[in-house]
Amino acid sequence: MKEFLEGSQAIAKIISLCKPAVIAAYPITPQTHIPEELAKMVADGLLNSEFVNVESEHSAASVVLGAVATGVRAYTATSSQGLLLMGEVLFNIAGLRLPIVLTCANRAVSAPINIWNDQQDSISLRDSGWIQFYAENIQEAVDLHLIAYRIAEDKNVMLPVMVCIDGYILTHGLEVVEIPEEKMVENFLPPYQTNYKLDIENPLTLGFLADSDYYMETRFAIQKTHQEVLKLLPKIIQEFKTIFGRDYQEGLVEAYRTEDAEKVIVAMGSVCGTIKEAVDDLRKKGKKVGLLKIITYRPFPSNKIYEALKDVSKVAVLDRALSLGSDAPLYSEIRSVFFGKKRAPKLIRSFIAGLGGRDITLESIKTIFKKLSLKETEEEFIDLKPELLKEKL
Amino acid sequence: MFGPLFCKPLTSKNNKTGSWRTTQRPKFLQTNCIACRMCVLICPEGCIEGKEKNTFHCDYDYCKGCGNCAEICPKQDIIMVVEEK
Repeated sequence: MKEFLEGSQAIAKIISLCKPAVIAAYPITPQTHIPEELAKMVADGLLNSEFVNVESEHSAASVVLGAVATGVRAYTATSSQGLLLMGEVLFNIAGLRLPIVLTCANRAVSAPINIWNDQQDSISLRDSGWIQFYAENIQEAVDLHLIAYRIAEDKNVMLPVMVCIDGYILTHGLEVVEIPEEKMVENFLPPYQTNYKLDIENPLTLGFLADSDYYMETRFAIQKTHQEVLKLLPKIIQEFKTIFGRDYQEGLVEAYRTEDAEKVIVAMGSVCGTIKEAVDDLRKKGKKVGLLKIITYRPFPSNKIYEALKDVSKVAVLDRALSLGSDAPLYSEIRSVFFGKKRAPKLIRSFIAGLGGRDITLESIKTIFKKLSLKETEEEFIDLKPELLKEKL
Repeated sequence: MFGPLFCKPLTSKNNKTGSWRTTQRPKFLQTNCIACRMCVLICPEGCIEGKEKNTFHCDYDYCKGCGNCAEICPKQDIIMVVEEK
């Protein structure tokens, strides 16, 4: 049924349809409305889940880790400082191969404290072993949660998934959303069943000490499984399309008007909506521009990116996060896709924008396309205010 | 793909921690033992056995040579001796 919903409400609805046995979350702006809505559903008797109130995000992650280790489905959500506080447990969840789904309402990281949107929080956890999806709009956020449980719980995958949605823009924005029927969800997502669980009838130890004789194989296995996810995800996306009718191509990247494009921006998350708008405007004026949207950031779909960009002459990579002291994260990975390849863009340039919630406007995007014509190759911060950089200690 | 993920009960017996011993091993003299069981309780490997006085001994396949048993024995009836190969 189509409903006009706030992003957080829509996500709470789809999570309730996935029927997690355990939900544990600690409130943090801008994630708060999601667990609030789920807690209300549980209190009103509409959702038969155990909602565990915890004293921190570290505990929230630990509770869902324990829950999934007993063989049931679980859910948590967080943001920014909360995600970083979970950090230690998140590595454990991936290492233990527990298929938890977490919503990260993307927010800047302190200091200075800032509650608005950028993607520094989830990008900082990119090496944790979690699969990471980035949503462009609320409908996509809803659908990616369903797909997240499906891929996470696949018997050959068994990895946690972080669905990253831009704070405020997607958590607090309202949109007309199609919330699927319960029966359709049941068809797509069967109940979670596994023999890999803590069970007193069949005792086993999870999370044992693995010394130098064992540890490396556990990491190798996660690395290989991420590569398998790149092959499996398009099949699941196809099945999703058959049942629900919505098409996410292969669920890895979305190429928007790139076929004959001379300039393409690569980006992730809600800014892709703005870029599509800018692309349409510039196309009307005869400019050959396009967008490559990264939906799945981990595993990193290098081959799809190569195919989409190999004949594009100029590429701008738009990061909403930094790897302080080095190149921006998405930029350095896009560039490495083309190392040693004969067919490659002539120019791949790094742009950083929208940190700490600074608006990325249509003008910002058009500026990026304009700057891509210049000879400069240095990284550039868009909409920076140099007058604020005069402070002395 | 999965690496080593879980252990079944009792499988840790496959790890023969006796190979960790370096310079010393405990020697159970079995002369002044009063069967207080302190050595059994303190052994981190749980590899000391015995019931009656002067019957206590350890399993050198698992003894790491930490010396806790010799340290705690109230009768100095366990001593650490040079490891013999």
